[in-house]
Amino acid sequence: MSLSDMDDVLKEFLVESYENLDQLDADFVALEQDPTHRDTLAAVFRTIHTIKGTAGFLAFENLERVTHVGENLLSKLRDGELTLTPEITTALLGMVDAVREMLGNIEETSTDGDAEYAELVTELTRLNADQPAAPVPAAEASPEPAASALPAAEPEPVAEVTPTDEPAPSSAPSSSLVMFHQNKPKPQAEPAATAGGPASSLVMFNQNKPAASTAGTSSSAPAREASVPDAPTPPPPVKPAAAEPAPVKPTKAGGPGMSEASIRVDVGLLDKLMNQVGELVLARNQVLQYASDTSEPELLATSQRLNLITTELQEGVMKTRMQPIGNVWGKFPRVVRDLAVMCGKQVRVEMEGKETELDRTIIEAIKDPLTHIVRNSVDHGIEKPEVRVENSKPAEGVLRLNAFHEGGQVNIEIVDDGGGINPAKMREKGLSKGLITPDQASTMTDRELIHLIFRPGFSTAEAVTKVSGRGVGMDVVRTNIEKIGGSLDISSEVGRGTTLKIKIPLTLAIIPALMVTSGGERFAIPQVSLLELVRLDGEQARTAIERIHGTPVYRLRGTLLPLVYLNQLLRLPEDKESTSINMVVLRADDRQFGMIVDTINDTQEIVVKPLDKTLKDIPVFAGATILGDGSVSLILDVLGVAQQGKVVSEVGDKRLVVAKPPAEEEALERHTLLLVTVGEQGRFAIPLGLVNRLEEFDASRVENSGDRLVVQYRGRIMPLISLAHAVGGGYGAPIEAEQDVVQIIVYSRDEQCIGLIVDQIDDIVDERIRIEKRSGRPGVGGAAVIHGTVTDILDLETVIRCVDPGLLDTAPMEL
Amino acid sequence: MTEAQQFCTFCLDGLFFGVEVLKVQEVIRYQQMTHVPLAPGVVEGLINLRGQIVTAIDLRRRLGLSPRPQGQLPMNVVIRTGDSAVSFLVDEIGDVLEVEEEAFERPPETLQGEARDLIRGAYKLDGRLLLILDVERAILCGAGSFLG
Repeated sequence: MSLSDMDDVLKEFLVESYENLDQLDADFVALEQDPTHRDTLAAVFRTIHTIKGTAGFLAFENLERVTHVGENLLSKLRDGELTLTPEITTALLGMVDAVREMLGNIEETSTDGDAEYAELVTELTRLNADQPAAPVPAAEASPEPAASALPAAEPEPVAEVTPTDEPAPSSAPSSSLVMFHQNKPKPQAEPAATAGGPASSLVMFNQNKPAASTAGTSSSAPAREASVPDAPTPPPPVKPAAAEPAPVKPTKAGGPGMSEASIRVDVGLLDKLMNQVGELVLARNQVLQYASDTSEPELLATSQRLNLITTELQEGVMKTRMQPIGNVWGKFPRVVRDLAVMCGKQVRVEMEGKETELDRTIIEAIKDPLTHIVRNSVDHGIEKPEVRVENSKPAEGVLRLNAFHEGGQVNIEIVDDGGGINPAKMREKGLSKGLITPDQASTMTDRELIHLIFRPGFSTAEAVTKVSGRGVGMDVVRTNIEKIGGSLDISSEVGRGTTLKIKIPLTLAIIPALMVTSGGERFAIPQVSLLELVRLDGEQARTAIERIHGTPVYRLRGTLLPLVYLNQLLRLPEDKESTSINMVVLRADDRQFGMIVDTINDTQEIVVKPLDKTLKDIPVFAGATILGDGSVSLILDVLGVAQQGKVVSEVGDKRLVVAKPPAEEEALERHTLLLVTVGEQGRFAIPLGLVNRLEEFDASRVENSGDRLVVQYRGRIMPLISLAHAVGGGYGAPIEAEQDVVQIIVYSRDEQCIGLIVDQIDDIVDERIRIEKRSGRPGVGGAAVIHGTVTDILDLETVIRCVDPGLLDTAPMEL
Repeated sequence: MTEAQQFCTFCLDGLFFGVEVLKVQEVIRYQQMTHVPLAPGVVEGLINLRGQIVTAIDLRRRLGLSPRPQGQLPMNVVIRTGDSAVSFLVDEIGDVLEVEEEAFERPPETLQGEARDLIRGAYKLDGRLLLILDVERAILCGAGSFLG
């Protein structure tokens, strides 16, 4: 056998064992609920048995010894001679960990390490003690009483060879595996078929339904039984191909066997397939176009069929890269169990939407953040049983994981029914850690306080445990989620629990983009950087752009927006004919700027492809993409454009109306306030974080609904409150007849939008200011000196509550 | 003992060039190209080669030859470079030639300019010279000088 064959065997052993171990964790936790579930016990037994056998052949003595004692114990459990107790479970889980550790060693050094796990072995032996097992040779470990409804033949791995020193798969092979389970098999005996690709990037398909459950001795079973016992005989070096059938299909009654229809496929191959299908789609489009010009019925029919097949093929290939999120969640029950035991807590994990699918690159990226959140919830969120009982909650805490698709994104919710986050405590902590100043602390809303959890260096746990609470947690989680274009939100109620909501894109490779044209070339702008589009026509086009010493600026809602001309930046020919100006307002590095382009086309989902290294150095391009017509288009790197256009490095003010609230950090260090003029009361400031949008409506659009003023807004009815009357008292007055437009500040909470009518929106300030707490007037949270004038700062929530306490609790109204 | 080598040949401004045939992925007709602003001058554009985005380098410009006459469409010689590919734009494609090692000669000292770096030498064929292009160097084209 050649060297590479041996490598393959070893790699395969590792990949398969890792996979099986992951399943073991889940199995053990399931067994704790139902300690006598024979199928699961038998499945666990088989896995350990398989590893033991292979370890024997490959001469990993430590691995063999540890699995051997574990196997003995498991065999008794399976036969009902022993019952699973938490003690045994812990010991067996310890064994699983030891096995994992040794596999890690094998991977790195091709030996199973020096650790002998004497303690573990003693413990396992002790638990097994009521009938101490004599060391049984591997091949004899399995014999089963025929009467048992359990596997009569233990599939011995037909392995194989002595290890070589070739490093096998990456440290976590499972991490680069894509598993497809259309059913819920016990992945005990994975078909060992290999696509021959590197083991570290494999995909498992399993499209088959589980075998019929009751027919224990199908016709094929005896044959297998007959063939299997041959396997353990001295290791005839068998090529992997020959080894394939052996470890599959236990002849087990009542349990679904994993079908042979699973194969492993190199992920690189899938990527290539996806690429080719993309090309096929383009070719199809061209054929369709050509066919539509002819009147040949046969060509038309054929092209129609081509169309259909291509679409289906495309969907199919896209699917191969998708993995259910359950692959990540699968290990959480074990994580939670271990942690709960360690903290002396009782936690039940509930999962919903396990089958929600995500691109494998995303799955990779969210694995660690999710694990961290789950650990946090158990460690900090859920209280100890006695505390829970005191608060008249069930002793057992619930951690609920929920995943679902919504609006082209995947939503993941992690909900615990623990103690919740106490904003007061957060404030104290923030002060003591020096993350916020006393001034800030006094004006921060509960929401802002809770969001402190995402600040670096924050930890609320009373006691820093070994599990979490080192203060390097949630900020990293947030960074990682945001890195893949996701967002994270947290809400919490003291005594009721905490909910973390994560929104992530379905895939990284495909992003929504705005297509623009400049100098005859098309460019794609990633939508994440896009704030708004502005079009200036006629008179405006000539006058709206002003110059400060030659530098073009545009007044966007009263604030100067620096401008970049894409044509000039890219040295493209100017578009001289157009009479209008198209501006794309972009954000880079928390700064906004306008980019002037010739035309704004449409939005598209584009596939991002990297540029060749000769072009990598051009900072204004992030990559390229292939458009529907087959032509190549460059993707603009917004930050690069900003830098080349000298927007980012320039000293300027940030006082711009932001479509999205600024990052929490900013709001804390400085105050970003929206200044408005309200009737006779004069000028007020509103924390910008509370402002969802600024809108302008025609006065005619404001309608009356009962005694309320409302306006139709984004398909819903948005109640309006006149701030002038609210601050002065009263509900709101009809819009004065002479007004053409009403300026509205949109405040939203829990889906419900409320519009606040102001007379004028003046400015946005982003400054370090001292806020004096002041009470007396309803709805005024404090005052500060802004631009030399004392300005009251409104507490919107209180204002709204003063006017109509029910408004904030109303469920959103669908039109 | 002499080693015979195979070269994929092409014409550029009347000159006869060759690149090792094993480095050539494929030869294709003129393709629609996307211009890359700010790119080095020798980069003519980007080509969609069955879903792969390939940078096209104008060899005439790369070698400091006269520009291609208006209306003459270049051919693409697609070169494998590790995991991606680069396309050389040439005037015309020739045959794959097998040449004897002993017909090879290094370029004379009098060869100057860009070409000196890019031409490894010449095979003396009947009636003409086959110039061997240094593919690796030809691909490294002034990266970083885009803002000039």
